Amino acid sequence: MVAESSTKLISVTLRVWRQAGPNQAGRFVEYKAKNCNPNMSFLEMLDVVNDELVSKGEEPIAFAHDCREGICGTCSLVIDGKPHGPHRGIASCQTYMRSFEDGAVITVEPFRAKPFPVVKDLITDRSAFDKIQQAGGFISIRTGAAPDANSIPVPKENADLAMDAAACIGCGACVAACKNASAMLFVSAKVSQLSLMPQGQPERDTRVLNMVAKMDELGFGNCTNQYECSAACPKLISHDFIARMNKDYLAASFRSAFRVKSNAASGAAG
Amino acid sequence: MAKLESKIPSGPLADKWRKHKAEIKLVNPANKRKYEVIVVGGGLAGSSAAATLSELGYKVKCFVFHDTPRRAHSIAAQGGINAAKNYQNDGDSVYRLFYDTIKGGDYRAREANVHRLAEVSVNIIDQCAAQGVPFAREYGGLLANRSFGGAQVSRTFYARGQTGQQLLLGAYSALMKQAGAGAVEILPNEEMLDLVIVDGQAKGIISRNLISGEIRRWSADAVVLATGGYGNVFNLSTYARQSNGTAIWRAYKRGACFANPCYTQIHPTCIPVSGDYQSKLTLMSESLRNDGRIWVPKKKEDCKKDPNTIPEEDRDYYLERIYPSFGNLAPRDVSSRAAKRMCDEGRGVGETGLGVYLDFSDAIKRLGEAGVRERYGNLFDIYHEITNESAYKTPMRIYPAVHYTMGGLWVDYNLMSNIPGLFVLGEANFSDHGANRLGASALMQGLADGYFVLPYTIGDYLATQKPGSRPKTDNPAFKEAEENVTSINNRLLNTKGRHPVSYFHKRLGQIMWNYCGMARTREGLEKALQEIPALREEFWSDVRVPGSADTLNQSLEQAGRVADFMELGELMCRDALAREESCGGHFREEYQYPDGECKRDDEKFAHVAAWEYQGPDKTPLRNVEDLNYEFVKMSVRSYK
Amino acid sequence: MTLIGNLFRSSIGRKFLMAISGLVLVGFVVGHLVGNLQIFAHPDKINGYAHFLQGLGPALWAVRIGLLLCVVIHIWAAVALTIENRKARGPEAYGVHKWLQAAWASRYMRMTGVVVLAFILYHLAHFTVGTAQVQSFKTQLPEYHMTADFQLLGFPIVSKGTEVHDVYSMMFLGFANPVVSIFYIIAIALLTVHLLHGIDSMFQTIGWRNRNWAGALRKLTALFCLLYLAGNVAIPGAILTGLVKPADGTAAQTTLHAQR
Repeated sequence: MVAESSTKLISVTLRVWRQAGPNQAGRFVEYKAKNCNPNMSFLEMLDVVNDELVSKGEEPIAFAHDCREGICGTCSLVIDGKPHGPHRGIASCQTYMRSFEDGAVITVEPFRAKPFPVVKDLITDRSAFDKIQQAGGFISIRTGAAPDANSIPVPKENADLAMDAAACIGCGACVAACKNASAMLFVSAKVSQLSLMPQGQPERDTRVLNMVAKMDELGFGNCTNQYECSAACPKLISHDFIARMNKDYLAASFRSAFRVKSNAASGAAG
Repeated sequence: MAKLESKIPSGPLADKWRKHKAEIKLVNPANKRKYEVIVVGGGLAGSSAAATLSELGYKVKCFVFHDTPRRAHSIAAQGGINAAKNYQNDGDSVYRLFYDTIKGGDYRAREANVHRLAEVSVNIIDQCAAQGVPFAREYGGLLANRSFGGAQVSRTFYARGQTGQQLLLGAYSALMKQAGAGAVEILPNEEMLDLVIVDGQAKGIISRNLISGEIRRWSADAVVLATGGYGNVFNLSTYARQSNGTAIWRAYKRGACFANPCYTQIHPTCIPVSGDYQSKLTLMSESLRNDGRIWVPKKKEDCKKDPNTIPEEDRDYYLERIYPSFGNLAPRDVSSRAAKRMCDEGRGVGETGLGVYLDFSDAIKRLGEAGVRERYGNLFDIYHEITNESAYKTPMRIYPAVHYTMGGLWVDYNLMSNIPGLFVLGEANFSDHGANRLGASALMQGLADGYFVLPYTIGDYLATQKPGSRPKTDNPAFKEAEENVTSINNRLLNTKGRHPVSYFHKRLGQIMWNYCGMARTREGLEKALQEIPALREEFWSDVRVPGSADTLNQSLEQAGRVADFMELGELMCRDALAREESCGGHFREEYQYPDGECKRDDEKFAHVAAWEYQGPDKTPLRNVEDLNYEFVKMSVRSYK
Repeated sequence: MTLIGNLFRSSIGRKFLMAISGLVLVGFVVGHLVGNLQIFAHPDKINGYAHFLQGLGPALWAVRIGLLLCVVIHIWAAVALTIENRKARGPEAYGVHKWLQAAWASRYMRMTGVVVLAFILYHLAHFTVGTAQVQSFKTQLPEYHMTADFQLLGFPIVSKGTEVHDVYSMMFLGFANPVVSIFYIIAIALLTVHLLHGIDSMFQTIGWRNRNWAGALRKLTALFCLLYLAGNVAIPGAILTGLVKPADGTAAQTTLHAQR
């Protein structure tokens, strides 16, 4: 049964978003992908279409990709209206042609959001995520200053939950799927990972306040609790982390309003 | 003739690094900000180095060709990271980790480097834990360990199956902290295309912005390359599609020696190629071999049959047959080569005939399907996702694939290449793994180099440079390098041939895989040395690169990288041909013991071969750095 | 003042204000419903209760202003967030869009919200200000004579014989109009849909929702909404269908009897 399905080739029609540059108008262009082996990945199918285009002297479809094993977060296609294609919990690069019917018309678009402007065709600029990370997605520890690793015990449940959050690959599918282009799932995953561990406590309040402020500043939308983000997430990161961040943010806001601060100037002593 | 001075400190092995740190020159804190350092690459080694150097006060620019440093392929490492913490109280020590790594590398690495690696391994875990890396924990909240190949202790730290990802994100967070503070400038989508040498020292790079296409000049007091390995020369590998050897190759063409290019690691358990469209090979954990039995049909005509219909007596459990004591758990290189031999005999399975069965039916009989699912469920799921086949019902098909390159640019104990001011870290250098790398050691080396070695040793060089003495970018050397880059790109764009880049990359990969892959022979390598230059010529006359240089052009990026692979592949074959012995990942069929084990020749080849570029179409020079083993006795590497 | 800034300017802060104002309004509509359900009891009950509320004076205004403030904040946050959300989506719409798991109630929050707002305005005009259906407004109806003491939580509030507005009759007469009743029922149904997502969402916004009890929360919210809907539909439904008839001797009975 397996052998049969793997040898029956399929042909599909692609409606691909082509856009020459950030400030140029884009449009859908149709391409035929003929006789695809169902065991081909979706990106390999695009490789073949591109090779044909190149052989004809045409510009290939630009699309972002790298590891092709679902971990680097580079690939970013919206396939038939769903970021990363029809299946849950996988990235675009792990979508295989067997997921499509022979003769299907498949619409392929870039992730769309104002903070993710299109660079070319299916490639978008997701540098906004780096800027959010720079606002506080870290623990301020200098190289060499760390205490022995086992001097900081972390309850196993917290470590496991932190790992759930840390599995984020930074692809931006959450933003692409959200009707408001909200980055809450991405930001909350980082905030939660660090706030779940003792190492993250000293900067817990400033981290969440600064990262949310940066997220807002960059023009991401607001969460309306529809959870399209977690449904589109290739790592199935839970929107529970959004609730956790909401609580952290509000608590930090109230705490910072009532906390007495030292009069001494901030910064290290001379 | 390059001068290869390893600068290994004298004294007892365990004191060398401490002594060296105490003796090397320092740059005073006020002067550090006057030095500018370019770090190329944002993976484990690059991110950790850029973050740490900027913490010290140096002005750092970090170049990555990805859109963000977090995409680097360090992210794909699964298993874990070794460290001699001895948290398990099972007798581990820095010496044991050192010894295992030296032996694992088949006695082709430097003792002093490897010992230093083992020493700083403990600091790495401390550093990463403090950064918030969510390592696996025991119920008491302390760190958990697992065991890994090539070691008899449990010293591997891990974060589920995503250790590389979590360590990279830790280094990335350190880098983001520094970038947010303005201490590091990150240049994403910026690919290094040439190294600039001024007065014999590395003083800058030429880059191309992959979005705008702009070629830019960057001057610095020192250049650090942390650009990863070159396994994509084989086209199909477990590497990311964009991983490439261009930065180190172009540095090589500027005079940096390339050490041991033929040392390639081939992992035995990957999902086989399913068709000529394939772009990527996916690793399946080696742990599967604990319960799976590997076989191929005895008769060629059975190869296309449904494996479940092939009776027991017609199956050849070849590992159990050839290596009765080790059976299916034969070492990586041995089992990889055996699989190749079976396929060469025409008994490979699957559509392409390049695959062997990894059969769990006995394990299912013994443990039940639920028992097998409990142990390997997630791997079976990955296998199903890719192949659409259930390994519970029909045997898995596996085949070896290129996974890591131990070779790289030659560096001294300070991680500086033979070009002063050019430092090379991580997989891009050759230094710590010898001829074979042990599992869970790649992450360790990348972070050791970036966090704990380079930040000290770079000072030894910078202290010799006058602050503010770096050249301006209008120096003729920059102009010449920029013109070199532009002319390569123009030549690629103007060839206007018939075939896309991938057509040539696939053919190069075939040649490399057939003649410089798992098993190499003089005859095959000589053939490859004929075929590669011919293919290269064809490439330069018949490649088609559409579009222009002044915009995002993925074909052009790919073309430049493959053009370099065409030359690098030839050097690998040349190195493999010259090394008339078998060691680690380099297996010459002429040099083996009757049982198929590697036959080293310590008399003639206990050295590093560092190739030096002599100009286009000239045979490169093979320099030699002898490996002087003072503390460990070189012996036959055996795991029996 | 970072607290005020965070609450009124940040995305999470405004969501919080929306949740808290929503919570107050939910509390109000529940209280309002409970009060109104007294329509099914003796006219003394609802008329005495209304008289009590009217007699609160400044306290009543304080509550009214508080509620108004909540409505204003709720709407302001909704409008501000919506405008931002539209902008965030970017210049180009998806060629194809698929919903993945968003609850259907969540997709119509703006629509249900706007209809509910329109309904509130009408409702105020109808029963509070008296600019709709003027002839049956409480001030136009004869005063009602309390037939017994009205007590609230054991406190004596209105004594027997007091003349009070006949809210009881006003409601009966108002809901006797099918157009009014049907609009009321539709609006309440939409408000229920609004609450279905709104209440669940509130728990998420203040961080009290997680997968351990998200299912239970959803069921409790649905049950709450169902009860709310049933209670609210019962009033016009019972009056319109004639299942409940006005009590003897009330203005409503006289008027409705005369109409028939």
